[in-house]
Amino acid sequence: MEVERRSLREKQVDARAMLRGDLEGEDLERYVEERVVTTTFEKVQNWARSNSIFPLTFGLACCAIEAPISIVTARYDLARFGAEALRASPRQADLIILSGRVSIKMAPVVRRLYDQMLEPKWVMAMGACSSSAGMFANYAVVQGADKFMPVDMYVPGCPPRPEAVLYGFTKLQRQIQGNPDQGWRQRYDAYGTEEWARGGPRSEPTPEAAEAYREARELTLA
Amino acid sequence: MPDAPGLELIRGEIERDCPSAVLATSFDRSQAALIVDPEKVLDVLRWLKEQPGQRYDFLSSLHAADYLPAEPRFAVHYELINRDRVERVRVKAMLADPGNEELPEIDSCVDLFPTAEAQEREVFDFFGIVFRGHPNLTRILLPDDYVGWPQRRDFPVGGEPVTFTYSERRYD
Repeated sequence: MEVERRSLREKQVDARAMLRGDLEGEDLERYVEERVVTTTFEKVQNWARSNSIFPLTFGLACCAIEAPISIVTARYDLARFGAEALRASPRQADLIILSGRVSIKMAPVVRRLYDQMLEPKWVMAMGACSSSAGMFANYAVVQGADKFMPVDMYVPGCPPRPEAVLYGFTKLQRQIQGNPDQGWRQRYDAYGTEEWARGGPRSEPTPEAAEAYREARELTLA
Repeated sequence: MPDAPGLELIRGEIERDCPSAVLATSFDRSQAALIVDPEKVLDVLRWLKEQPGQRYDFLSSLHAADYLPAEPRFAVHYELINRDRVERVRVKAMLADPGNEELPEIDSCVDLFPTAEAQEREVFDFFGIVFRGHPNLTRILLPDDYVGWPQRRDFPVGGEPVTFTYSERRYD
């Protein structure tokens, strides 16, 4: 049903009539249509999850000054994104921020923390060290935390500014909502220029490419 | 800090009490060092610790070094301090690599200096130098199942190979 746009004043008059019980028939139908949004359960669930992420109170190295310590302070304020409740137990946490280098002796401990977290859970590799070992190309440091656990978001920097961590966090939120960022395509409004779009912008993808895209999207939503 | 003649005097006195224990002396950048026979290192350390008039009774550091092209290859350094006179002396024991995957050995000085316990474990951890008579010679910083002695100069740097400008392969 097409809903016509009406002024706030008209809507207020209708609301008052509804409360009195004077609205009926077509007017009542229109009143409900204006105020109810239909959606799917998964979308609501992902929206709720993405806006109430509990990060684990956990730091590995110097990046811990920027991530779990700075971003909850008043200047950066992670509470704006619904993640101010840092949990001290992995059983209660949704997000683990790998803030710093992971030594080969620490790797089993980090993996154990990750395994103790309950599903759904997300991992952010913060800084150069946990993404790729950074400058530590040596015998003691794991060459990237994704060698031993899955990572959802990589935040570059040495160390990243707290703003960069927050930016990565909001990107993670959109990933959880099943609407991941498209990188430069989003920035330049270049949707439809993906590689499978051989026939030009906005054309249909090949069946294989569409299948691969659908699988990737399901994995994101799962 | 004993000066160069003082170091020679110390060497002469040790020579009298423990013959042929000190192989050489070095006085470089006003740092005094005694290079000793590794089999007699405990005698020298005990002499420096207990001899009246010397009393270097504090082991400030025990560490090792790998001088790979040189022979003998390893050295265990003992940094001793007399805290009354604020004087330091260094004792070096040079150890040859026995080869065939065997580890070089030296006597543990834990009985003389109890603080050497953790430091000798660290030297064992990184250089694979065995201290005979150590109460618990296991790895201290690396995981127990680690293979190799990573601070030796012939140990690979590790990590993943990275292409820099100088190591880039050219296709002309």
